[in-house]
Amino acid sequence: MKKLNYIIAAFLVMVWMPSMGQTQKGSVLIKNATVITITQGTLEDTDILVENGIIKKIGKELTANNATTIDAKGKYVMPGIIDAHSHVALDAVNEATAPITSEVQMADVVDPYDIGLYRALAGGVTVSHAMHGSANAIGGQNITLKHRYGTFNPEDLFMKEAPRTIKFALGENPTRVHGRGKNIQPRTRMGVEAVIRNGFNEALQYKKAWETYESASKQKGATPIPPKSDARLQTLVDILDGKIIIHCHSYRADEIYALINTCKDFGITNIVFTHANEGFKVAPELAEYTMGASVFADWWAYKFEVYYSTAYNAAILMENDVLTSINSDSGELIRHLYHEAGKTQRYGQLSDEQALALITINPAKQLGIADKVGSIEEGKQGDLVIFNDHPLSVYAIPQMTFVDGIKYFDINDDQNDMRIRVSANEMVEPIFLKEHAHNCMHGVDFFFTNFGRNLFEHSH
Amino acid sequence: MKKFKSIIYLMALIILPMLAQAQQLDGEFIKPRNGKFLLQNATVVTVTKGNIQNGSVLIVNGKIEAVGTSIPAGDAEVIDCTGQFIYPGLFDGGGRLGLVEVNSVPETQDFAEIGNVTPNMQALVAINPNSEAIPVTRVSGVTTTLANPSGGIFPGTAALINLNGYTPDQMYAGFKGIILNFPTSARRSTYDRRSEEDVKKDAERAQKNLNDIWGRAVKYQAMKAANAELDYYPEMDQLAKAVTGELPLLVEVNAASDIEVAIKWIKDNGVKAILTGVAEGWRVADKIAASGLPVITGPMLSIPTRQSDRYDAAYTNPGIMAKAGVKVVIRSNDAENTRNLPFNAGFAAAYGMGKEEALKAVTINAAEVFEIADRRGSIEAGKDATLFVSSGDPFETRTQILHVFIDGYRVPMSNRHIKLYQEFLERSPGLEK
Repeated sequence: MKKLNYIIAAFLVMVWMPSMGQTQKGSVLIKNATVITITQGTLEDTDILVENGIIKKIGKELTANNATTIDAKGKYVMPGIIDAHSHVALDAVNEATAPITSEVQMADVVDPYDIGLYRALAGGVTVSHAMHGSANAIGGQNITLKHRYGTFNPEDLFMKEAPRTIKFALGENPTRVHGRGKNIQPRTRMGVEAVIRNGFNEALQYKKAWETYESASKQKGATPIPPKSDARLQTLVDILDGKIIIHCHSYRADEIYALINTCKDFGITNIVFTHANEGFKVAPELAEYTMGASVFADWWAYKFEVYYSTAYNAAILMENDVLTSINSDSGELIRHLYHEAGKTQRYGQLSDEQALALITINPAKQLGIADKVGSIEEGKQGDLVIFNDHPLSVYAIPQMTFVDGIKYFDINDDQNDMRIRVSANEMVEPIFLKEHAHNCMHGVDFFFTNFGRNLFEHSH
Repeated sequence: MKKFKSIIYLMALIILPMLAQAQQLDGEFIKPRNGKFLLQNATVVTVTKGNIQNGSVLIVNGKIEAVGTSIPAGDAEVIDCTGQFIYPGLFDGGGRLGLVEVNSVPETQDFAEIGNVTPNMQALVAINPNSEAIPVTRVSGVTTTLANPSGGIFPGTAALINLNGYTPDQMYAGFKGIILNFPTSARRSTYDRRSEEDVKKDAERAQKNLNDIWGRAVKYQAMKAANAELDYYPEMDQLAKAVTGELPLLVEVNAASDIEVAIKWIKDNGVKAILTGVAEGWRVADKIAASGLPVITGPMLSIPTRQSDRYDAAYTNPGIMAKAGVKVVIRSNDAENTRNLPFNAGFAAAYGMGKEEALKAVTINAAEVFEIADRRGSIEAGKDATLFVSSGDPFETRTQILHVFIDGYRVPMSNRHIKLYQEFLERSPGLEK
């Protein structure tokens, strides 16, 4: 009898185990909305049916069996906003100990308790690309998150369908941290290019060593000694094999152009330049050889390498057919990416469709998830935001945000305090007059000692 | 020798025209231009006296000469504004524009002097009229900004500037205030890892320090008033101006409990003051209203001060204070992106303040708080011709700002950002040379 219990228990565990990997999926019917599909125009007075986390049908007079129905008359629905550059929900950002740290994984430091996730949801953001920082020429591997806020399990936040991505960084940050901070290469943009090139060449040698070993192992009776395993180099091999998309922190046109050339030499095409404040100067090259640029709407002059920027960057890139997105790199800015996208209408007069593509389908393409999210299409995941006004209006306020058909934000149900963990030994809640946690140079602040700069700078 | 001279002359005759040829330059630089302008057929948003449909504004000699519906052009340059809107120039209630060029380059940081008590540091002295950020800002319709020094407890004297002019004095807009960073019981940032006890102790120490400094300033002023012979003491000489009320104190204070302490301190010491920052003003809005103190707050586009706060606490803050009866002015607290001020006002408007009140917060309220409402803050005859023409609501990102006038000068709608757009939209050569 005892034995039977064990068998039953084991059987239950087996049944239960796979379901552990399943995140919650919901069903919802949104009625009578103005639906901004992004890829298939804007549909007036239209319904969207999400079943079990997937958009089942878009049309008129749809009915649902079990789904909650929401009347969105007079309201706008757009796809969940995607932030291609974020550090929200990360416990650590920079492994600033070597110019190449490709073995590091941001998946290891995801913090599901971060209130930043909820604040992002309240701004309509359903997917973010949680990135390593910009201290190293080749940083760690990033993780694409779906904002399933409320879970205690970091893995529930992972967008498992998303391909692997990695952070690279050019210019002032890696040269300051390593060259000036530690007196090792790179200290210059020459050094950054060389460090990356050397890394790729070493990776090729490593790959060859393993190939040699594997073919030798196939010989009958052979007992070759395997090469020493190296996660750092193996990751670089995976980049060269096209398995990982590079997202490269960059600002100046010269450094962007240099890395494009390096990538051409190694046959790499899966590369997105992030920030890319001077991307507009090499727009034809970005359009021809890369997966485009993910930029700020208007940030400039916070450091020297962004002094010769323009707020028209996104518009110039778009008009030159560069795949372009607008990202936050900030726990503050992530809350109003729709507003940031709107700035491309002030600076360059982009159309509504172009402006909204910057925060939906375009970042989805750059993250390799455009077949799953980024537009409202049948068969895609039910990530949706309802606005009370056109999302590009400064007066628009997100009303509800859905991830996989589950409502994670509702302006009417907001409980003010939406934390899911409160420190027990914290007698008085701290008040922070300035937040610094979610940006590119987090964790390397001891390199910033300039008098006064902590008051209100951006350290990206 | 004479022959040699004539050869030189001859050579000069040949070479000089060649040099002139070599100095032939391309393009034309557009300068700010003074004159008589008639802006015709617009919706004039006066702020103080409603909107005038099909309205016109006549600008003469730096002033608004007339506002109405049928103003004869005379010899004025006519600018047709059919379908467009005229607004008074927007005020940013505080930031660093003009005091810093590149934020991470110490050589360009002129906002924070060494020392804890340096009220005699004059922002106006360090204003760089040729900062690239100035033309970048003014094409947004933000014409007037308060330049704030920062750092210690009394970091310096802020100055209000208009964003056109070649010297600080040409830019000076007629208001100065001494900044007081009020002692705080809050953490400075998320990197501030002091224990609760230390935070509290530091705050008490800082409060005592403030009282000591202020006591000294009061004593200095009393001695000065009594014509006592005083040692050269520039810090106290400047602070004495706040003691007499010649200059107001701009009291930077953000945490709710600090705001209450600050209000009491201001009252107890009989100081003329403006509260700035006031991030948690919404928690104590009634108390601020009861104090009668005006508030300069912002940016709205910032995160709540506490993790437990509602996600939109910073967006709703100005609206809550305004509803409680506080006179609110909005600031960007920025430098190079002061151009985002109208968008901050837009968020304030959307989250409870309403469009009309938000517009006042960046125009007439600011002019009143800065005590220049007799000549700024609205479109009225006799006021300074500092205004702009837009295609629509200036808080909306899709709106284009079409013309900007500052003190009657029509400023060029150009800057480095726009020039780079013009150069690179269709780069030549493109991909192939």
